[in-house]
Amino acid sequence: MTAAAIITMILTMAIVTAFSAYYFWKVLRTPNKSEE
Amino acid sequence: MSHQSESWGSRVGLVLAMAGNAVGLGNFLRFPVQAVNNGGGAFIIPYLVSFLVMGIPLLWIEWSMGRFGGKEGNHSTPFILDSMAKRKFWKYFGVFGIWTNLTVAGYYCYIESWTISYVFHSLFRSFDGLSQSEVAGFFVDYVNISNTTGIPYEAPVFFLICVLLNTWILSKGLSAGVERTAKIGMPLLIAFGAFLAFRGLTLGTSGASPEHPDASAWAGLNFLWNPQFDSLSNPAVWLAAAGQIFFTLSVGMGTIHCYAAYVKANDDIALNAMAAGWMNEFVEVVLGSLIVIPIAAGYLGLDWVKQNAGFGMGFQTMPFLFENWGPFLAAVAGVFWFGLLFFAGITSSLAMGTPWMGFLKDEFGVGREKAAWSFGLIVLVLGLPTVLFYNYGVLGEYDYWAGTVSLVIFAFTESVIFSWIYGIDKGWEEIKRGADMKVPEFYKPILKYVTPLFLLFVLVGSVFSPLGGEWDVAIQGLFSGQGWTLDNGSLIKQAMNTGIKEQLALASDSATRLRLEDQLVYINGARILLLVVFVGITGLIYAAYRKRVREGRS
Repeated sequence: MTAAAIITMILTMAIVTAFSAYYFWKVLRTPNKSEE
Repeated sequence: MSHQSESWGSRVGLVLAMAGNAVGLGNFLRFPVQAVNNGGGAFIIPYLVSFLVMGIPLLWIEWSMGRFGGKEGNHSTPFILDSMAKRKFWKYFGVFGIWTNLTVAGYYCYIESWTISYVFHSLFRSFDGLSQSEVAGFFVDYVNISNTTGIPYEAPVFFLICVLLNTWILSKGLSAGVERTAKIGMPLLIAFGAFLAFRGLTLGTSGASPEHPDASAWAGLNFLWNPQFDSLSNPAVWLAAAGQIFFTLSVGMGTIHCYAAYVKANDDIALNAMAAGWMNEFVEVVLGSLIVIPIAAGYLGLDWVKQNAGFGMGFQTMPFLFENWGPFLAAVAGVFWFGLLFFAGITSSLAMGTPWMGFLKDEFGVGREKAAWSFGLIVLVLGLPTVLFYNYGVLGEYDYWAGTVSLVIFAFTESVIFSWIYGIDKGWEEIKRGADMKVPEFYKPILKYVTPLFLLFVLVGSVFSPLGGEWDVAIQGLFSGQGWTLDNGSLIKQAMNTGIKEQLALASDSATRLRLEDQLVYINGARILLLVVFVGITGLIYAAYRKRVREGRS
């Protein structure tokens, strides 16, 4: 793989994984208002 | 009167069900092919831009429209739109939100049934010792009803099993049926996907053989991710990226509205929509890019992938590739691969059942079980032509009108209703109500201007798609007075069956002519059936409206 391909792949996957994990974690940590 | 007869059991369950609705077979089979065909690594830039300016706004629009409608006891798009727009005719645009689901479910359940069958065949080692062409031939025999794979009438039998399974789960209700399936299916899907993605990432050149000495998974990944920035100036790449975002998020269908209609009035939708949307992106970009292309390139070489990249690889190639891993791992990989496709499929097809069930319950007081069985019956009737006449392109015809054109029309309409008819100020407050995250203010002008324009761009692009998808050539030709040559895949030419008619004009032998003439008959028959269903649902909406007037509800 070229350096450009590796950088594009790792960067994209890191960004997408980080956002997915962050928002899902936030959902897990925040109860619905109707449940409070 | 309580409007919330059903509700989600938990917030995580709702997010997983919404993510499951979005995650489909296309995440694993369409996305990598689109990336390969549209600039490799550079595709990701228009793809992510489309997600930010079209995908996320549409998710927020649909979630908030659904929750808004649910407050007044509306769980399907006709009367959700009716509650947001004062003029009476808007509810008839909501027909798309039911029609699309019923018709797409018809052929989607058929594709889903392939995955059940292929899990069965992987377990019982049906692909053991078969060559690549024999595995591909197995699929051809499967979809050709007059041939056999060893099980008589296998395709209709598994289709029936799949429809019954969907119906049974739907009859259990939202929390005990749909949500429970998502809670089991989504983690399993990610686990199966992670296993296969790890294999794709670590395969390297170990799959090279005397027949394919240059085979390399790294070459496949390089092809997929190597940025080609010149492709960014090509409108076709942007159109493909916008289209992929559109279809992967399952927006424009009416399913998100329906699921969100069961969210309580002051509960969050902004964060939930982001969590579900990004989870879909994770499955698509991270897992979807690491399975089919690298594994295929790892055994068959990059040239083969370039020539054969397509949806069919999932069924016609992957079982053969898994056989390289030995009997045990081949069976495990087959079960995992088709298992993950099954979970991707069923979490989507279940979502397609809920708008119809919600409509029947809200408007005609039909109970959950009866509504579920009526959905099953309709899917069976609508799906059978795609099973029996698959080789005549009936499934493709359904997919084009119900699974492509209808989505874009409805999404464009709803974005206009939300931002311009209901009003962006009220809409913006609706999105932010109860939000558990700060919704960025810059999304307000994006919702009002950029998202509708982006959708218009996709809609116009599909209507006037130029020859070969070469927009730059077509635009230059237009300004130099050469006119605009439409591609046979454009909506106009597709509606006129130009592609088949051209083949018919060129056909020299009578067998080919007869086959193409039959194809025209079946395709036009499929269109009539789709139209009849569309008109029928419109009639039901009118009947529901009259009933509401009589009861003083409208």
